[in-house]
Amino acid sequence: MPGARRRALGTPALSGGLALGYLSLIVLIPLAAVVAKAADGGWHHFWQVAWNREARAALELTFELAGGVVAVNAVTGTALAWTLVRDDFPGKSIVNAIVDLPFALPTIVAGLTLLALYGPTGGVGVDVAYTRWGVLMALLFVTLPFVVRTVQPVLIELDRDMEEAAASLGAGRFTIFRRIVFPHLLPALLSGVALAFARAIGEFGAVILIAGNLPFKTEVASLYVFEHINSDDPTGASALAVLMLVISFTLLLTIGGLRRWATRHDR
Amino acid sequence: MTRYGVRTLSLGYLAVILVAPVGLIFWRAFEQGLHPFWAAISNPIAVHALKLTLEITVIAVPLNTAFGILCAIAIVRHRIPGMGLVNALVDLPLALSPVVVGLALYLLYGRDGWFGHWLLAHGVQVLFALPAMVLATMFVSLPFVVREVVPVLREIGTQQEEAAATLGASALTTFRRITFPAIRWAVAYGVVLTTARSLGEFGAVSIVSGGIEGRTQTLTQYVQASYENFDQTGAYAASVLLAALAVTTLLLMTVVKRGDRSS
Amino acid sequence: MSKRFGDFVALDDVSLSVESGSLTALLGPSGGGKSTLLRVIAGLEVPDTGEVWISGQEATALKPQKRDVGFVFQHYAPFTHMTVFDNIAFGLTIRRRPKDEVRARVEELLELVQLKGLGGRYPAQLSGGQRQRMALARALASQPEVLLLDEPFGALDARVRKELREWLLRLHDEMHVTTIFVTHDQEEALELADTVVVMNAGRIEQVAPPRELYDEPANAFVMSFVGPVNRVGNAWVRPHDIEIGHEPREDAHEAQVERIVRLGFEVRVDLVRDDGLRLHVQLTRHEADLLEIAVGDIVWVRMRVERTFSAGGEPTHPVPV
Repeated sequence: MPGARRRALGTPALSGGLALGYLSLIVLIPLAAVVAKAADGGWHHFWQVAWNREARAALELTFELAGGVVAVNAVTGTALAWTLVRDDFPGKSIVNAIVDLPFALPTIVAGLTLLALYGPTGGVGVDVAYTRWGVLMALLFVTLPFVVRTVQPVLIELDRDMEEAAASLGAGRFTIFRRIVFPHLLPALLSGVALAFARAIGEFGAVILIAGNLPFKTEVASLYVFEHINSDDPTGASALAVLMLVISFTLLLTIGGLRRWATRHDR
Repeated sequence: MTRYGVRTLSLGYLAVILVAPVGLIFWRAFEQGLHPFWAAISNPIAVHALKLTLEITVIAVPLNTAFGILCAIAIVRHRIPGMGLVNALVDLPLALSPVVVGLALYLLYGRDGWFGHWLLAHGVQVLFALPAMVLATMFVSLPFVVREVVPVLREIGTQQEEAAATLGASALTTFRRITFPAIRWAVAYGVVLTTARSLGEFGAVSIVSGGIEGRTQTLTQYVQASYENFDQTGAYAASVLLAALAVTTLLLMTVVKRGDRSS
Repeated sequence: MSKRFGDFVALDDVSLSVESGSLTALLGPSGGGKSTLLRVIAGLEVPDTGEVWISGQEATALKPQKRDVGFVFQHYAPFTHMTVFDNIAFGLTIRRRPKDEVRARVEELLELVQLKGLGGRYPAQLSGGQRQRMALARALASQPEVLLLDEPFGALDARVRKELREWLLRLHDEMHVTTIFVTHDQEEALELADTVVVMNAGRIEQVAPPRELYDEPANAFVMSFVGPVNRVGNAWVRPHDIEIGHEPREDAHEAQVERIVRLGFEVRVDLVRDDGLRLHVQLTRHEADLLEIAVGDIVWVRMRVERTFSAGGEPTHPVPV
């Protein structure tokens, strides 16, 4: 029934009003405060503050690293999902549970663990502390589950008949993956990497210990915002924060669009 | 052969990025036996940090759970103008940097902020105190219950609820007897995720807390402060404690998933 | 009353009164408004305009909880996490009836709907027909004034359907609760109901007892929806109202037999008239045997009764030709 309004289940105005009120208080009004602060001095001023050399360097680095995160996760995430669904080996269920660990582990702990092993006292012959490689590693740590957890269910649901049909038509293993499996995984893969990208753009806890405080070298966008709050420059912090907010929101809308695209065959 | 190649790549990656580093801090923390670990964890500053973290969690999780259920019902069951916006915005904390969240609260409740000005004038200290830390935690852990409950509510449809209504059940009875039993595993899963996020929140809280030892320092901030003060034992010990909580979370998640499948 | 969903008009100025203790069918194609009407009566939808009265009381503003109706949903809406017993007892336990009374009443209902001994099972462990009867028992438990059933037999296979129909008829004879059910199956409506309401495009086309509906359809829609029909120019003819003969007659047309299907007692004959019109004819087996027709034969066909309807849909009187 198009637009059916059901009345059996309580008062819409009450639950809707409460939900909207709570959301406004916790999320909307605070974010509005950031936008208001950034817009204080007008458009021109905003641009001047947001587009200084240090901020630009931070943004560039952030995008570079997030791009690296996307590339690595697309490959390893798909491989992990594949291993968990199609492969079989002892301890698979433990591996499956471990994949969620970055969701559960506090980000500051994630950064610390990486420093413990790959830092100056790690004893494995590398030292990634205060380097871009170290920051990239921290981002890979916290984004590890995203692609796995979006691709895995699609792979489970994927009808094996299609692959068998393709095989019976003479397709080789690589052709089957490229022509049959991959097109089905693509929407999930894209929304997985989009989530990882969003997380990489904004990550703070995992990188703060590894990155140190080195503008132009390891200072990503979130660290820039943090440092400018600490040095009592809320306007500068807000300017970059607004850009990050816009990026986050755009990514969310993209992911929503990808979800609708992913279910297009079901309708 | 392809299969072994893929397996080696995925498990190798998992080991290098995740398992080896996390395993190492457990080893480092207990390297010299239980005693140094215990000494590090039981110093008053660490104990206070743990207590504060738990306190924040105990306030934020129930509020977000109640809101999450209410919000999911509003999104799925009542088609009200504005709910589309709510649906889109509820996910925002997942994609937003915690420092932006922290900054937002810092501006709103600071001395010159829209709310902060008035509140300070009436003697209510929000920033650099418990309320701001709770608000920051609520912000970042807001979506988890909603996101788990919404798809389940969609899937169960409205017929059972309508049937209960025609049998004379009030809205509250219908929720308690029909709707809640159907969504309880999703709620449980959401609560586990919300709790994990609340215990581990660092970025947003560290901006609004001030991080004063023994007063407004949470456990994650204690890890950072210890590391930066070259107290590696203290940092590792607190980290291990947080990691143990995370592993408990993982176990709970597995248990809840299993409960969901069996019902 | 009227009800629209956005641009879609579900109920277009509909008015209907149903007698106490009767068994009424709402019949029509899907999207015709029958389910919406049923849901409005139950209070699950609010009409845009109009009123609902139940047993002499205005109920338009009453919530479904207060209307004293039993509703059986199309897919039964079993409470999947409760046993059959708890499902049936639900309406009583939320009214805080004493435990003994609830137990006695549920046992009685379990027996009535032939589910004795299955009270401890979960809905998932029941067959479709059993789930249907459980839903019915649940709706009857608190003795509603009105029983509403939405496509009660829609999801069942043909044999179970037939059994349940007979069973529902017996049940209604015993309980005499005012019952309204929705169906798109004309045979079901004609067999069960003492009054049939034909609905189409949000309007009521006709309200009549089954026999009258079939013999005196109010308009072309009812005629063609209730039973098979041939269209001959501006007129409509039932397949069993066409006579086949071997002798030429003035009021008959020449036609060629194209196909003969024997379905036990009934024989269906497809013909093409000399003017190219295709006709479907129903004969009894006896008639067909007497006629001795075969595919390819040339025969003469005559309309015994044909009906014409005015542009407004009103019947001009039936014409015996």
